[in-house]
Amino acid sequence: MVTRGFSGRKPPTDTDARIPPGQYLEQGFPVLSAGPTPRVRTEEWSFTLKHGPRPVKTWNWKEFNALPLTKMTRDIHCVTAWTKFDTAWQGVLVDDILADAGIEPLSPFTLALSFDGYTTNVPTKDLTTGKAMVALLYEGKPITPDHGGPARLLVPHLYFWKSAKWLNGLQFTERDEPGFWELRGYHIYGDPWREQRYTGDP
Amino acid sequence: MSDGPAAQSPWQTVTITRIEKRTPRVTSFFLRPSRPFAYRAGQHVDVRLTAPDGYQARRSYSIASAPESGETIELAIERLDDGEVSPFFHEVAAVGDEVELRGPLGGHFVWSDSDGGPLLLVGGGSGVVPLMAMIRHRAALKSAVPMALVFSARVWNEVIFRDELIDFHDRRDGFDLVLTLTREPARRPADHSRRVDAAMMAQSIVRLPAPLRFAFVCGSNAFVSAAAEALINAGVPAGLIRTERYGV
Repeated sequence: MVTRGFSGRKPPTDTDARIPPGQYLEQGFPVLSAGPTPRVRTEEWSFTLKHGPRPVKTWNWKEFNALPLTKMTRDIHCVTAWTKFDTAWQGVLVDDILADAGIEPLSPFTLALSFDGYTTNVPTKDLTTGKAMVALLYEGKPITPDHGGPARLLVPHLYFWKSAKWLNGLQFTERDEPGFWELRGYHIYGDPWREQRYTGDP
Repeated sequence: MSDGPAAQSPWQTVTITRIEKRTPRVTSFFLRPSRPFAYRAGQHVDVRLTAPDGYQARRSYSIASAPESGETIELAIERLDDGEVSPFFHEVAAVGDEVELRGPLGGHFVWSDSDGGPLLLVGGGSGVVPLMAMIRHRAALKSAVPMALVFSARVWNEVIFRDELIDFHDRRDGFDLVLTLTREPARRPADHSRRVDAAMMAQSIVRLPAPLRFAFVCGSNAFVSAAAEALINAGVPAGLIRTERYGV
């Protein structure tokens, strides 16, 4: 349905192919969260890999930072319709976390766990083979608390609510268990290129 | 808290039935859906505009009307100078026009009378919009849930819904309005003339007749960060605070 009198402000055509349907290009970096920003001190920080309720391995901040660091520069897409190009992160690939724990993926699904109780579910295969990391740096600097520091998940090929802020663990689950926003009307998978925003989107 | 999923909702055409200027920068658009829908106070909708060449823009807007308000919903839209959708509404949209809308959306920043209280609402600028839906919901039901709104605006003339809010306050039925103006002196006895801070939060909380059940904070990112920190410094547990942010 054409809207009378609306012409819009189209992005330059050379970037069209990088902007998923329904998204607009954002130069800033909006902050979205369901509650106050937790202040997580690195002295208190820990990260635990779990199989169901059972902890497999836990790292403190120093141990985690000793894992191999990888750079990842990616476009990110928020379900609230902004897309930001070329965000530059450094962190530990999920592959390298699993390797350090000496395990292969333990189940087909993973739940990301955060210090503030936030959770989000991701199929395990979307986290491995270089697709995702636990990011520690943004643009070369420690990630600010508003953007999920000290450590956040980065799953750039899915809507950004999957990239859980203030991450403190990954939990292997047998079933695809909906997380915080998935229980509140958002899509169980969240592929921006298929516009999987809300429950029931194809 | 009934924190359930948002209902599945496809796009539908809505008609603009009324336009009402609220402040120099904020105008309310009353929309009549072709398929009326039930919503909860605090929820939002997505609006989609389509250019003749097929280009589309979508934005989320909070619903300002109470769930009890009948078959039209009110969106109070702030004009953003570098915006793409809000300038269309402010400069082009007219009564009788149709736009596409999807909703209701959002299952976290919501409150129903049955969720109880007391509630502290903290709004900055157009961040008051989803809070207004909660305040109007309370009024529509003649609810006894104690509710306080701390509303920060730059100046008196930018206090969105000002007369209606003062009217609710003057009923003395458990709704308490505190305005704080950041660029003008306060005009009412209990109002302030500064940015929100922990003392202001504590003062509003202490006037509630029972311990706080929830705090809802909405506004720009900077405002929400400052207000949430003020609430925590005033002793409100982080788990009671729900936030909604916009802007960068």
